[in-house]
Amino acid sequence: MSTTITFTIDGVDVQGEPGQTIMQAADAAGIYIPRLCAFEDLSPHGSCRVCTVMVNGRPQSACTQPISEGMTVENNTDEITEIRKDIIEMLFVEGNHYCMFCEKSGNCELQALAYRFGIAVPKFPYLWPERDVDASHPDILIDRNRCILCGRCVRASRDVDGKTIFEFVGRGPNKRVAVNAEANLKDTDAAVTDTAMDACPVGALLKKRVGYATPVGERRYDHNPIGSDIESKRTTTA
Amino acid sequence: MNTSLEQEVKSICASCDNDRTRMMDIVRAVQETLGYVPGHAMDLIASELGTHRVEVESVVSFYAFLSSRPQGKTVIRLCDDIIDRMAGIEHIAEVFKEELGIDVGETTDDGALSLEFTPCIGMCDQAPAALINDVPVTALSSDRAREIVQGLKNGEMPKKLVHRLGDGNNADPLVHSMVQNNIRKRGDVIFSDHTSHDGLKKALGMSPAEVIREIKAARLRGRGGAGFPTGMKWDFTRGAEGEHKVVICNADEGEPGTFKDRAVLTERADLLFEGMALAGYAVGADTGILYLRAEYAYLRQYLENVLKERRDKGLLGKNVCGKEGFDFDIRIQMGAGAYICGEETALISSCEGLRGDPKNRPPFPAQKGYLGRPTTVNNVETFCCAVRIIENGAAWFANLGTHGSPGTKLLSVSGDCEGPGIYEVPFGITVHELLKEVGAENCQAVQIGGPSGQLVGPEAFDRKIEYDDLATGGSVMVFNNDRKVLEIVDYFMDFFIEESCGYCTPCRVGNVLLKERLAQIMNGKGTPEDLPYLERLGNTVKTASRCGLGQTSPNPILSSLQNFRSVYDELVKPASDGMQPSFDIAAALKTSEEIAERKSTVFTTA
Repeated sequence: MSTTITFTIDGVDVQGEPGQTIMQAADAAGIYIPRLCAFEDLSPHGSCRVCTVMVNGRPQSACTQPISEGMTVENNTDEITEIRKDIIEMLFVEGNHYCMFCEKSGNCELQALAYRFGIAVPKFPYLWPERDVDASHPDILIDRNRCILCGRCVRASRDVDGKTIFEFVGRGPNKRVAVNAEANLKDTDAAVTDTAMDACPVGALLKKRVGYATPVGERRYDHNPIGSDIESKRTTTA
Repeated sequence: MNTSLEQEVKSICASCDNDRTRMMDIVRAVQETLGYVPGHAMDLIASELGTHRVEVESVVSFYAFLSSRPQGKTVIRLCDDIIDRMAGIEHIAEVFKEELGIDVGETTDDGALSLEFTPCIGMCDQAPAALINDVPVTALSSDRAREIVQGLKNGEMPKKLVHRLGDGNNADPLVHSMVQNNIRKRGDVIFSDHTSHDGLKKALGMSPAEVIREIKAARLRGRGGAGFPTGMKWDFTRGAEGEHKVVICNADEGEPGTFKDRAVLTERADLLFEGMALAGYAVGADTGILYLRAEYAYLRQYLENVLKERRDKGLLGKNVCGKEGFDFDIRIQMGAGAYICGEETALISSCEGLRGDPKNRPPFPAQKGYLGRPTTVNNVETFCCAVRIIENGAAWFANLGTHGSPGTKLLSVSGDCEGPGIYEVPFGITVHELLKEVGAENCQAVQIGGPSGQLVGPEAFDRKIEYDDLATGGSVMVFNNDRKVLEIVDYFMDFFIEESCGYCTPCRVGNVLLKERLAQIMNGKGTPEDLPYLERLGNTVKTASRCGLGQTSPNPILSSLQNFRSVYDELVKPASDGMQPSFDIAAALKTSEEIAERKSTVFTTA
């Protein structure tokens, strides 16, 4: 027996099922809530905070917060938009992101979000951290310069592939993704066919020799902004 | 790794039943044996525990007191919080550096001694202080520092360096510490001499629901600072589905300037454990955990012995106090140097043998906490209050303090005052009354509630210390007129950057950005626009961060902007040439010029 839960997002009535998160219910209703660390069926992480919404006036991450009857969710307000822009800009200045020659350009979720939010240049100063590159594996490249610490590879490898190739080490600004070996990816049992290798939203975890198989102009976000696929499912209007 | 070391690591794992959730105990023990946790030990631990090496590394790399690189047999950790700095720890550090011939962060060539800085070790009332391995040395002077180094060079054990014993149980052979309690004012609840120790027995004569009702009637609120109603927390835990419920005592007081739990653990351990058992009865738990911060490891043996004595007396274990069917025991979980573990879900992660990352809520700990079991986490002081409420009745307690904040509060007062130490005062005391009490009437500013609290000036001294006005977990730091407000703020931001777990973006990045702009302002390169920039950025960090650390970490900047605006206003000035004053063209070109091996021909600087 399943009952329906009714709540509102920006004043629009949305129906969902018990146990769903705000993000799951919104996706089904064709309302896009921007995100980076949430990915397909991986367990929610709640770390990037891009999906922050106001629930009955209090900030919550939409990817972790369950829906409840009558709750009021604010998603597309000036206040939330400003916060999301700040967070996206923080991710840009925290790492070393060089979109113009990154092979992920056009398929990159961070870049696509920046375009969606009209961010031309971050208002924050670049922190220019020193990050390392691990090209040891014959088929896979890790470039930590572009890593946004979303943990999608960590969860995919642990929960889907059952391998635990990746895990976070260090804390605070020194936090980074390490591999299950003394130092290099080649010493793990990572394979290019692992689902983890398709989990990275940015250009931090790349498959070698396929970078430019899809030409610029035909890439995922070249014509439609990120979130359009969800919004195209929308049937009701406000 | 040679065979004997391999055997040792294996036997450490075996002594913890090769249980992955005991990871903290295992890596702490390995570190104690080998001096650090090398990569091959991580491999071995992973294989013994059936986990992955990178998961072991993840834990080791998280905690400040654990290391994957060799360090000295003895580690000297100098406390460099703001109070210790004011007391001259930087000068003491120079003496240590000179005597040891190493810099901070280094180890002597013979591998004997390492020198480090560490945040607040809970000794602000006897600063400057340091930890020599587990042993606190307090009220340091240059001469004392020289003697300590000499003693260590002569091969003396750190405990031998205690040249005088502190008061009360600090002199107990199992503590053997020079720490002074500095309990300067005893109130009616915690440090009253009239404790009958029959609160638990009385509770066991009531039904659990009646105990919770009494706690609710007393309107007891959590003493850690957030002030959540304790009775409600216990009720949720009691009502949650699940077996083997858990009661955790948060003895990870890491808020700089707080040290009241130190005195409670030293002088009121029985009262605390009685309170945990009482809570266990109320919520229907069989497991108790005392999460003890690594800085208080010197109290561990003593506390273990108190637990043993209570077991011997039937106050813990099977059928507690003869109450058929009420089984409850307590174990001590040591921390390893992480402020974030004072956050209750991070503390639970740590107890489970994980990195001290906070967890997503819901589920709340009362529903699914330690190992998925319903769990209540309370402050040291809260458990003690609960015993006294059952002893003397809810009405007695509710009549102390104010309506919204009943009872007394332990305040840890430090800094520029005549009487640094612990004051048990009724809630509702004004800042002014408190300052009079501690001998600091003529001061510039008071930090109430530690870095995550508020920095207030004289115009706020008639405000009350209570949950609904100036809330505090107990830290009160006093600053006289010679102190520089922005230096204090700057130190606090360093602290939060250092202690952020790094899980969520706003806290991990935002605090670094706040600190960057504050530094520009302090260097005289700030513009008036930087002030709204700080306010907006601070607001984003507060609003979007995942846990209490990030939600309060901008407070030093936001509260000083509010209460000490003129300090900022005096430093910022509009750029005369329309250029960004914080941009340093020479510094920006430096690396390129080095690579090119010539000076820039376009931008020449004097």
